[in-house]
Amino acid sequence: MEILSLFPAWLLEQGPAFVIVLPLLMGAITAILPSRTLAWWTALVVTLLCTVTAFALLLQVYSEGASLYTMGGWDPPHGISLVIDALSAPVLFLIAAMAVVTVIYAMPATIAEVEPKKRAPFYAAFLLCFAGLMGMVVTGDAFNVFVFLEVSSISTYALVAMGAARDRRALTAAYNYLIMGSIGATFFVIGLGFMFMETGTLNMADMSRILADLDGGSRVAKVGFGFIIIGLGLKLAMFPLHTWLPGAYAYAPTKVTVFLASTATKAALYLLLRFTFTVFDPSFDYVAVVLKYILIGVGVVGMVFASLQAIFQTDARRTLAYSSVAQVGYMLLGVGLATAAGIAAGYLHLLNHAIIKGGLFLAMGAFWYRFGITRIQDFSGLSKTMPWTMGAFMLSGLSLIGVPFTAGFVSKVNLTIAAADKGWWWAVGVIVVTSVLAIIYIGRILLAAYFGSPPLIDGQPAKKNEAPLMMLIPMWFLAVLSIAVGSNILGLGDDFVMASERAAALLTGQGG
Amino acid sequence: MIDIFQVNPGLWLILAGVICAFVPKGDLGGWARKALVIGAPIFAGIMITQIYTSQEVLAGKINIGGLELTTLRIDNLSMVWGYLFCLIGVLNGIFGLHEKCRITDSSALIYAGAAIAGVLSGDLLTLFLFWELTAISSVFLIWKGGEHAYAAGIRYLALHVLSGVLLLAGAIMYANANGGDYMFNNIGLDVPGGWLILLAIGIKCGFPFLHMWMQDAYPKASITGTVILSAFTTKMAIYALARGYVGTDILIYIGAVMTCFPVFFALIENDLRRVLSFSLNNQLGFMVCGIGIGTELALNGVVGQVFVHVIFKSLLFMSIGAVMYRVGTAKASELGGLFRSMPFTAIFCLIGAGSIAAFPLLAAFVTKAMIISAVIYEASHGHPGLYVIAGMLLFASAGVMEHSGIKVPYFTFFSHDSGRRVKEAPWNMLVAMGLASALCIFLAFPWGGYQMLYSLMPYDSSGYTPYTVDHVVFQLQLLFAAISAFCVLKKLKLYPAEKRAEILDFDWTYRKLGLGIVRWIGAMWTRLGISMTRLRDRAISGTGRRLYQMFSPAGAMSEDAPSGLAAVLTAAMLILVLIFVYFVR
Repeated sequence: MEILSLFPAWLLEQGPAFVIVLPLLMGAITAILPSRTLAWWTALVVTLLCTVTAFALLLQVYSEGASLYTMGGWDPPHGISLVIDALSAPVLFLIAAMAVVTVIYAMPATIAEVEPKKRAPFYAAFLLCFAGLMGMVVTGDAFNVFVFLEVSSISTYALVAMGAARDRRALTAAYNYLIMGSIGATFFVIGLGFMFMETGTLNMADMSRILADLDGGSRVAKVGFGFIIIGLGLKLAMFPLHTWLPGAYAYAPTKVTVFLASTATKAALYLLLRFTFTVFDPSFDYVAVVLKYILIGVGVVGMVFASLQAIFQTDARRTLAYSSVAQVGYMLLGVGLATAAGIAAGYLHLLNHAIIKGGLFLAMGAFWYRFGITRIQDFSGLSKTMPWTMGAFMLSGLSLIGVPFTAGFVSKVNLTIAAADKGWWWAVGVIVVTSVLAIIYIGRILLAAYFGSPPLIDGQPAKKNEAPLMMLIPMWFLAVLSIAVGSNILGLGDDFVMASERAAALLTGQGG
Repeated sequence: MIDIFQVNPGLWLILAGVICAFVPKGDLGGWARKALVIGAPIFAGIMITQIYTSQEVLAGKINIGGLELTTLRIDNLSMVWGYLFCLIGVLNGIFGLHEKCRITDSSALIYAGAAIAGVLSGDLLTLFLFWELTAISSVFLIWKGGEHAYAAGIRYLALHVLSGVLLLAGAIMYANANGGDYMFNNIGLDVPGGWLILLAIGIKCGFPFLHMWMQDAYPKASITGTVILSAFTTKMAIYALARGYVGTDILIYIGAVMTCFPVFFALIENDLRRVLSFSLNNQLGFMVCGIGIGTELALNGVVGQVFVHVIFKSLLFMSIGAVMYRVGTAKASELGGLFRSMPFTAIFCLIGAGSIAAFPLLAAFVTKAMIISAVIYEASHGHPGLYVIAGMLLFASAGVMEHSGIKVPYFTFFSHDSGRRVKEAPWNMLVAMGLASALCIFLAFPWGGYQMLYSLMPYDSSGYTPYTVDHVVFQLQLLFAAISAFCVLKKLKLYPAEKRAEILDFDWTYRKLGLGIVRWIGAMWTRLGISMTRLRDRAISGTGRRLYQMFSPAGAMSEDAPSGLAAVLTAAMLILVLIFVYFVR
């Protein structure tokens, strides 16, 4: 490939390690940087470098196939290996790109939302969280996953708590998240312990091979699988284990919410795919049962319940947070179908939802930045006071609903077709119903913004007060991107579909 | 480079509508918008002429996610609708020339464009897209009617979006059973999804018991809004029926019921725009019935009827709109004697009324009879049951005469003098109405006029001559019977409630009984309506309250769960997973 030859060879060779080590190292340095601006520049440069690297790796995967990187030259199963393949590369690139978008946005947003003294540590924590997420996706070692999971989680707790400058409830939210997150991580590591007992290895490829030899393994493996599913389920906000999510999303600094909503749950979902389809195998009875009953069950119930909860929220950020839980339901439904089309649809929705929800939360932060607004009733007339921000919000909102020519439409249609192919008409019905519910909860906000009139300030309607350019650029980038994906502008739609199909092919190919 | 002959002409109107939305306010911008409103349909019409050949044209193929979409199909059937919508778009544009409203202009254009694009689309998915777009763009026209139109608009939107969803669901089922082929051809009821699609279409074209939105929303829209609304939505649905359900028997009965029941409601209604909405529903019944018959003659009749119907129905709505624009109301009880101050409007309204009632030399005369003849022909060839249907259609024809042909112009322009002395309608309204009137006369003109209309029809129609002595005389008898009935009733001060008893005026008892029954049904209907509304409201608010109690921030399901509880929940989930892992096979 032409573009690929532009990257230096060492970057491609050492890339997998580079994207973890660089932010980890720079995170530590950023923490002691004296100036906020300097910290911001560091974060920007680091995330940009990682994005470029992740992009190069993505291209490499598509042109040359999966690659295995051995840390320090120690071959697996003894050393730690990093795996870049069609499943991990797109998620890796997504996380890195979303990090750049949020860092650009963070410049004005942190000024409003984070105490001055904490701004440099804020960027440090952000880089650590970023490093953790990248590590979770790249690593091929199961225990390493746990380590990176904790790296990202612990820094996330701190990040959420920093929202206290804006809203003191951030503290309880962070505490809740801490407790639940720790339980999740503990479950996960207990599961890993069982698996180690069963297989005697921590390398994922190795574990998968041994499990296949054992034909699924004994009860130990089954229990391990249960623990891993629940542990990851907590992290990806699977209904009803999502209780930490609305609070954390609603009260964290906007930038953190954006980043979490578009990457953290996605990385956890990626791990779920990795474990259920490559480490374990849907051909084992117990995996198939969990896919079919548990994942689909909680996915569908979550779609409906969380959508209903979203409708009745008074705080717009909580509405979006519940909507995230519902969207996770869509992805789980796709995964639970366990057909190539279903997994591809779930994976596609993972990518698309990151873009969509990112755009929505970015706009939400801008509303707070200018007017201190989070309640839906205060949105009245925002289309007149902040037309550009509201415009971006509307585009992303329509995409969330799944209006044709938007990203949300593409993934929902694919999911519908996948469900129909399997003959699950009831699932099609649920998708339609929850889409209608999405119309209601997004429509409520849009109605207030477009048909309400701006509040009066001293007898005058509130004046136009558009968000700063540094906020508008990221949010319009995401809004336009979601339209571009939906209408296949520049072939982006096809690229996304291709990426998801290759990921699904990888999973089902190994799953037999 | 996009080949403009591959582009669905409706998209030009949508594009113009989007541009309109961004044209700045002010005089210059206003004129620019008006130029777009009138110019865009003309341009689209020209494009259709350019693309149309005597063969079916399939173009604008797009491949999205493995689905082959045919966004443009122009053949003998869709072409008629395309031209018609362009034509009526121009007339509506002229009618609304005085109105300085960006939202109306832009949504009218998008709405008309979506309707054109919808009828010219080749597959069900494209149709679905524009189906929904017509609903979404047109609701703004209703909301322009003022505060009281808001709720009606929401109801309208909800029903139409539901219709779209049903269409999509039906389309997916249909295509799935059909090997993934989304092309919109004859569907029928025997395939999966057929009933769903029919239901979706039924909502849009106002099947009995699905029609409420029409009389609910149309009269509440703004003056120009009602005129625009009356032209597109329902006719698009008729097109979909004519494309997908030709010869489906159930449509005959649905259509016949549709023609009859609005007659009664129209007679007792006071708001003239509502009267016209009922009569719109009744006219649609003729078309639905014709499609159900499905012979070449019937389909020709349907196509012709659609074409002239849109013109004269718009003409009627325009004339009432003009009156409303000057007087400020469309209530029959507050109008009257306006022919003195609005003579031209009165004449145009009379032409429209005559057209809808199918007076010889006026529009519907040459088309409606085709449908009824088709029914009678079928009835005499082995389906005697259809005579009942033909009778119902004849009764409905007389009913049309009664409420649209006489009631509307009579109460507006004649009747007792309301004492209002207003100015004649603005020039642009007069021009629009004049053009529509001219068309009404021209399209039924015996020497060269109706032949042009017939040449548009999808099948050869040279075998049918509307102007035979029999037909003219029969029609005149029917009309004059209705007129004299009206006159006698007025004289005896029995209009409107006792109209049906007139035929049997030697039989007082029967009339009293009949009147009593009609009254009783009316009263019961009202009561039923009220209690149904109450029940529905209670159910909705009850469900809403319960949902709210569960899911609102303070509700049982959404309270911030303490982390201890969440932890227990996690353990419960683990147990659930383990149970499944261990015991379920």
